[in-house]
This record gives sequence, structure tokens and C-alpha cells, in this order.
Amino acid sequence: MYSADKIPKKRLLSMQLDLSKFEPATGEEKLQHEQMRASTTFFRDGMRKLFKNPLAVLSLCILLALIAVIVLAPLVVPYGYSEMITVNGKRDKGARNMGPFQYSKLEQDAINEGQKIFPHIFGTDELSRDYFVRVVYGARVSLMIGLFASLIVLLIGLVYGSISGYVGGRVDMVMMRFVDIIYSLPDTLMVILLSVVLDQVLGLALKGTALARVGSNMLSLFIVFALLYWVGMARLVRGQILSIKNNEYVLAARALGAKPGRIIKKHILPNCMGVIFISTALQIPSAIFTESFLSFIGLGVQTPMPSLGSLANAARGALQTYPSKLVFPAVGICLIVLSLNLLGDGLRDAFDPKLRR
Amino acid sequence: MSTPLLQVRNLHTSFSIDSGEVRAVNGVSFNLERGKVLGIVGESGSGKSVTAYSILRILVDPGKITEGEVLFEGEDIVKYPPKKMRQFRGNKVSIIFQDPMTSLNPTYTIGNQLTEAILLHTDRNRREARARAKEMLTLVGVNEPAKRLKQYPHELSGGMRQRVMIAMALACEPDILIADEPTTALDVTIQAQILELMQDLQRKLGMAIIMITHDLGVIADMCDEIIVMYAGCVCERGTADEIFYNPRHEYTKGLMRSIPTIGKKSEKLIPIAGSPVDLLNLPKGCPFAARCDRAMKVCLTERPEEIPINDFHRAACWMNVWQVYEEASKGGDVE
Amino acid sequence: MLKYAVKRILLAMLTVLIIAAITFFAMNAIPGGPFDSEKATDPTTKATLERRFNLDKPLPEQFVLYMRNALRGDFGISLKNGRDITTTIMESFGVSATLGGSAVGLAIFFGLGFGCLAALKRNKIADRLIIFFTTLFVAVPSFILATLLLLIFCLKLGWFDVWTAGGASYALPIVSLAMYPMSYITRLTKSSMLEVLGQDYIRTARAKGVNEAKVIAKHALRNALIPVITYVGPMTAYTLTGSMVVETVFTIGGLGAKFVTGINNRDYPMIMATTIFLAALMVVMTLLSDLLYKAVDPKIDFS
Repeated sequence: MYSADKIPKKRLLSMQLDLSKFEPATGEEKLQHEQMRASTTFFRDGMRKLFKNPLAVLSLCILLALIAVIVLAPLVVPYGYSEMITVNGKRDKGARNMGPFQYSKLEQDAINEGQKIFPHIFGTDELSRDYFVRVVYGARVSLMIGLFASLIVLLIGLVYGSISGYVGGRVDMVMMRFVDIIYSLPDTLMVILLSVVLDQVLGLALKGTALARVGSNMLSLFIVFALLYWVGMARLVRGQILSIKNNEYVLAARALGAKPGRIIKKHILPNCMGVIFISTALQIPSAIFTESFLSFIGLGVQTPMPSLGSLANAARGALQTYPSKLVFPAVGICLIVLSLNLLGDGLRDAFDPKLRR
Repeated sequence: MSTPLLQVRNLHTSFSIDSGEVRAVNGVSFNLERGKVLGIVGESGSGKSVTAYSILRILVDPGKITEGEVLFEGEDIVKYPPKKMRQFRGNKVSIIFQDPMTSLNPTYTIGNQLTEAILLHTDRNRREARARAKEMLTLVGVNEPAKRLKQYPHELSGGMRQRVMIAMALACEPDILIADEPTTALDVTIQAQILELMQDLQRKLGMAIIMITHDLGVIADMCDEIIVMYAGCVCERGTADEIFYNPRHEYTKGLMRSIPTIGKKSEKLIPIAGSPVDLLNLPKGCPFAARCDRAMKVCLTERPEEIPINDFHRAACWMNVWQVYEEASKGGDVE
Repeated sequence: MLKYAVKRILLAMLTVLIIAAITFFAMNAIPGGPFDSEKATDPTTKATLERRFNLDKPLPEQFVLYMRNALRGDFGISLKNGRDITTTIMESFGVSATLGGSAVGLAIFFGLGFGCLAALKRNKIADRLIIFFTTLFVAVPSFILATLLLLIFCLKLGWFDVWTAGGASYALPIVSLAMYPMSYITRLTKSSMLEVLGQDYIRTARAKGVNEAKVIAKHALRNALIPVITYVGPMTAYTLTGSMVVETVFTIGGLGAKFVTGINNRDYPMIMATTIFLAALMVVMTLLSDLLYKAVDPKIDFS
């Protein structure tokens, strides 16, 4: 039965033996024999994977281009976002609701006289304000809100979650009960509610202070985010810390006598970072969504300061006659959110250890 | 005794991934006769499981059989069309896997999963299939079979789940049972029970078994023949006695040296140096050469064929050729 | 299971209570009572009104009174138009329910279908198209989509009339509302399906000789659905808040639109009532989806 004898044998000494080959192999020869794969750090490996992903790279380029436009456009375009068009020092009433690259009659006359008037790339809105600048500024506002909101969420969630996760026991239980309660509240409803309230309350409180410029709406937005949205991050961080805390290498470090601070810094945080980073990156488009939603309802940033959401809302009134007013902020929002989503996905594919082959 | 039940000839299986081709099985051949037990031993990554999956053709997508034949009763099943292959699986050849918890569908009852195979391959109706399922559960030693049929996998213990897997595999009376590391995920005491059960069933039902494991102790008792695999190649094959008491491949020798034996008190465990070979970049020559402290220059350049040691024993190691030569040159003639 | 259900129901009621409390005290934190902005009323009339509406009592007592009334179905009257709020809610809820329900149904049906398709035809054309569209629609807020659809199909092309409570004019609003959850469910189903297809028990099923169609329909699907069920709760929340926007854009007189106008008019009783109503709805849907999830996944421990 044995396969040993069914498979044809070769007569040993019928093989031509080259005796020199039977000398022992040296160490270097053996090393050369094995091609080892170069080892890289987790970060470098992830970045490499990220840049191999064409969509992620494209999104990154789009975002960088957007940021460039947002930063540079106000320097190039001579109009302010709340500035109503003037020609020769006089308010130009005819410059309302112009289409892209149109000039009002007064402006046309001025050009014929030899003046240089910067073109209105997106046209103007119903109050004779240059729309391009408004959209650019709106994008800036939306992005900044998204960023700040995510940072707030990250900070609060990180601290809360780390404490809860690391300390554990009773403290953890109580802290998580609190999180559960907030988590079960319907977030958008609460956001709307609190925005309404804070808007009024802050409006009075801030009158005359420096923060009044920022607008009570914006501030209430940030406060609401700080109050409600950190719970997701806290849960995530806590989960990560819990799973890592029980890993053997942490146990080993503790057995060697390392102090808790050192353990957190050296072992736990670096391993969480990937997931936390990705979650924050995906939080930004979500924040922008919420902000545009609130602006659309009328609870967002106050006029004259534009945000993409409020611009889209304002465009509804003139939908049939001036559809371009909707298109520009709409495309703006979609582009920003899409690129951030794709980038976030790309980051996840590159850095999430669970997804590795 | 004409053609062997199963003949695997020069099987090559690889997985094509982005970074290249992972060559999991590189020229494996063996025969299996009716009612006999073959053991395949090797560390993780040696290609033993992939060999089994290749036989049943349940390889996951980037995996493909790139060369070789698998003859079952003389027919090459690599060439079977999908429908014929489905009639073959679970019916002529069955397999049980390593982790019984994840190998059973958590959302269906034991009864449902057991009767599925029976209904698929036999002519029984639903009632008869259930009766047969109950029969099988009793055969594998599961108590209260009627109750168990209605339970879900997570309600059973590890040992019991593995018994259910065995029952599922044997329900259609296959000619060959492949056991892929059946006891690795179980406690030691349960391991012994399951192995005993398998031996018992083998005696009762007479099917052939391919036992895949990395645990040398497990196969010592059961197997008629043992194959040692490394990096997708067969290093050595022979009877249990030959392999254990007269290993002729440096890898097998290393394995034997690393087993602790009760009784010898102050024995040092000698692990095998180095790390497993990278199947993406399979080197020329003997795949074990880099880790072998008796490697010779020829080992790095030419892959050894299986050198016969005796009628029951072959080893793919150039040392055996060298030894023969040494002996011959010491004096006396060679055959 | 029963013990778990009871516990969750009690928790749900507690949540609604908390929300009502937060809403109530938040509304009352706003400076100025509801009658301050009315046409100048003389002090006596104001006092009478305040007594009538229990505004002279301490806040906690007001809250208790409010909740007692609410449980009886009396949410007071709107500041804006003086109509009974409960009636208003009941009238407008029908429209919103139809809108939301259809959107959810559409999202689930097509989401599951496309998700499975994408998982099975991975990396082929169907998958790539699905990935493209879902990625796109997940980035488009519902109000943008609603406004764009209104612009293109209603105003420019005239395929649909502006809102009447008829059948066809539901189409655009439902689509606007459904696209985001549909895309989300598609992606969720796809990744869940892919994960399930890589599991050991699928390998076992194939090794038993089960044909591919049955492997997917029987063994894979049931497991793949489980994560999707957990999405039902958040999806309801999204649909409810989304309906606010969609109803506003398409000028549908539903509950969401009433909520928005309430906010714009600072009609506090209206805001309170609709908030509580919507919140209660969300909590109930989340509860239902939780219970459904526990019922479907036999692995879950009822603790």
C-alpha cells in the first residue's frame, strides 16, 4: 500500500554525483538563498498602501486643490463676501442675480471707459454680492466647522474613553451608563432643539463681546457638538483600550514594572491611533452634513456670513429663474464630502489591521 | 487490490495575489488504499490543509490547482464538471475541519445542518433523513440525540460540536474521510476521546482516513503511513515506526528532537532554527536548506527527489545520497 | 427573551421621558415667556393667560402637568395659529408616514438586492457601478438631492407636478429620502455578505456538496442580514429628520415641515410637541429593531 514503493525509484548511484556540491554550505550562502522581505513600520506600510489607492490619491488632490482655492481666492478676487457691488463708488442696483461671467449695465459702461472689473465667476446673488466669493467663503466656513467639530469630538471622546477604559471597574460602568443615555437620545432632534435654545440664550449673553462676531449660531453649533457627538468616539476609544489592555504585551510591560502612564503612551495609544484617526477623518464629512442641514433649516450660521448649507437654502427661492445659485454650493458640498469620504475609506483600507490579508 | 482508492500525482496549488503567487503545494504525490489511514504532518503553512482542499476542490478564489492529477478510483476529479463535483463532495469524500464552532452555521439547528447532507446525497425523505441523523448522532456518542437535533451550535460544547461534524461527514458513508486538524481546537482530554471515536468508527465503517495535523503524538497511534510536509513539498514518507525511530530528513529529525518525552528529566528542547519559508519567493533547491545545519551546497541549488531508504521509507534529502556515498567509499561494494 | 423585552421597553419609556424633560426645560430656558412677544397685553390679561397655561407655577410642577396632559393627548395649542396641536400632528402625520414608510421600504428592498449583487459579482461591472453610485449618493445630503430633483424633474422638465396629495407626486420626495439609506444599506449588505462568505461554515456547506445558489440563499444570507437589522434604528432617525427637509423643499404639509416652521416661528408649544412625538417614534423604532435583532441572532445572550 505504501506510496513509498509505488512511486518509481531511482537507482542511487546511477546519479552522476558531483562531489564538490556535497560540501557543507556556508552561512552566507544560506542567507543569500533566502530572500527576506524588507520589514517596514506600520505607518510606512500604511502610507504606501494609501498612495497605491487611486481614489484616495485623487480625493487628496481634490481636497488640497479646494483648500488652495479657499485660501488663495480671497487674495485674488477683490470682492468681500458681504460686499455689495459698487461701480465708481455707487451701489450698483442692476448687478443683482447675474449669471456667471455676466456684467451689469453699469459695470459694462465702466469697462468701456477703460476700467478693469474683475469678472464675477459665479455671478451675483440677490443682494448684488459676488457669488464666487460667497461660495468660497462658505466652503471655508463649512470646512472649518467640520474640522473644529471633529476636533472637539476627538478630544472629549479620547479623554473620556481612555479614562473609562483604562481605569475600568466601577468608574467605567458609571461612565458608560452616562454614555448610553446620551447615545440613546435622537441626535438630530437634540441638535435642533439645543441650537434653538442656545441661539436665543447665547445671543443675549454675547451681545457686545468679541464672540458676537462669530455668531451665536456657530457657537451653539460647537457647543451642541461638544455635548452630544463625543459619545461615539468615547465608545470607540474605550473599546480599543479594553481590547489592548488585555493583550499579552501590556501584561508583560506591567509585569516588568512599567508605570501606567508609560504603558498608555508607549503601548496602548500607538495601537489605537489608526482606528481613532480613521474615525476622526470620517467624522468631518458627517459634521459638515449636520452643519449644512442646520443651515438649511435656518439654524446655521447667520447672514451675512455664508455657509454652503445656507447658500443652498437661499437658492431655493430663486430656483426656477437662477438655478445656478443652487448648483454651485451643492456641488461644493458634495465634492468636499465625497473626497473626505473616499479619503477616509482609503485610510481605513490602508491602516485598519483587521482588513489585512 | 488493483488501483488505489485515491492517487494524488504531482499536485501543485497556488494562490495568485497582488504581490505575486503564493505556492502552497509544490509537487505532492501520495496514494491511499481503501480502509487505510494516512497521516499528513507539518507545521502551519506547510500546505497540508491546502492539499486537502485541493482534493475536494473547495479552494477559496485566488487559489487554483495549477498542475497535477487527483485520481479517485481511477478518474481525475480535477477535471470533473461542477455538478459531478458536488455529487462527489460530502458523499464519496468528506472533510471535517479544525474549529467546529466556526464550521457550523450559527443560525440553523444541528438537525437542519445534519439532514441537509443526507437529503442531498441519498434518496431518503425528510422523516427518514431525520431518523438517519439521529442514528449518526448516537453512533458518534452524542447523548440525547433527539434533543440535540433541535439545538443550535452555540448550545453545545466543543467536543460535542466536533462529534456533530463527524456525524455530518459520515452520514453519507463516504469512502474517504479527511480530518483537517480535528483536535487542535479542543482540550487535551477531549482530544483523546475524539481520536478514539475516529479509530472506532474507522474500524466499524471501514472508510479510509487522511489525518492532517501538526501534532506528532496524534498520528503515532493511528496511521498506517505518514507523510511529512514542508513548504508544500513532501519531505519524507514512511510507516510510523520508520518516521519516529529512523527519521531521514533533517526537518523530520528536527521535529522529533523538539518533542519533550516524559521520563527524561534534564533534556533540553531543541527547536528548529530560523523562520518558515516565504511561499511567495520559494527558493531553488531544498526548501528547508536555509534552516538546516547540515545543508550542503547541492541543497541550495537542486531540489532533492525522494530517495528510497527501504521499502517503506523515502526521504527527499541529499544527506541520504551523501551517506550512501560515504558508506560505499568506506569499503565494500554497493548494489 | 421576555425579560429582556420588558427591560428594554421600560428603558425606552425612560428615554422618552428624559427627552421630554430636556425639551421642556430647554424651551423654558429661553428668556422671555411665550406671551411677551404678543401684541401688547396689559398686565392683568397677561396674568390671566399665564394662570390659564399654568405658567405661574414652579417649573417642575409645570413639567408634570404638561406630561400629564400629553399622556391624555393634549399638547396645548400652537402659538402661531391657535389651533390644537394634537389635531395638527394627527393630520400631518399621515402624509409623513406614507412618505417615510415608502422611503424605508424602498431603501431596504433595493439596498439588500444591490448589496448582495455587488458581493456576488465582486470586481465585475455590476459591482463597480454599484460602488460608484453608492459612494456618490452617500455624499449627497438629502436636501441637496431634493432641491436638485425638484429643479430638474419638476420645474425644468415638468415630468412631475408640484405637490398635491396624489399618488404620482410622492415619487420625487420618496426618492430623495430613500437614496441615502439605500446606498448605506447596499454598502453594509455587501461588506456583511463578503464577510460571511469568507466564514468557515460556508466552506463546510460547500464541502457537503451544496450547490452555490443554496449556499448563498440559505447559509450566507441569514447571517449577512444581522448587521443590517441593527441599522434599522438609525435609519428611522435619519428618515424622520430627512423628512423635515424633503417636506420643506417639496412643500408637503407633513409633520416634518410643521416642525421646521415651528422652529422658524419660535412656536414653542409646537416645537415641544413635535419633538416629543418624533423622539418617541424614533425610540420605538430603535426598540423594535433591537428586539428583532435579538430574535434573529440565536447566539445572543439575553442579559
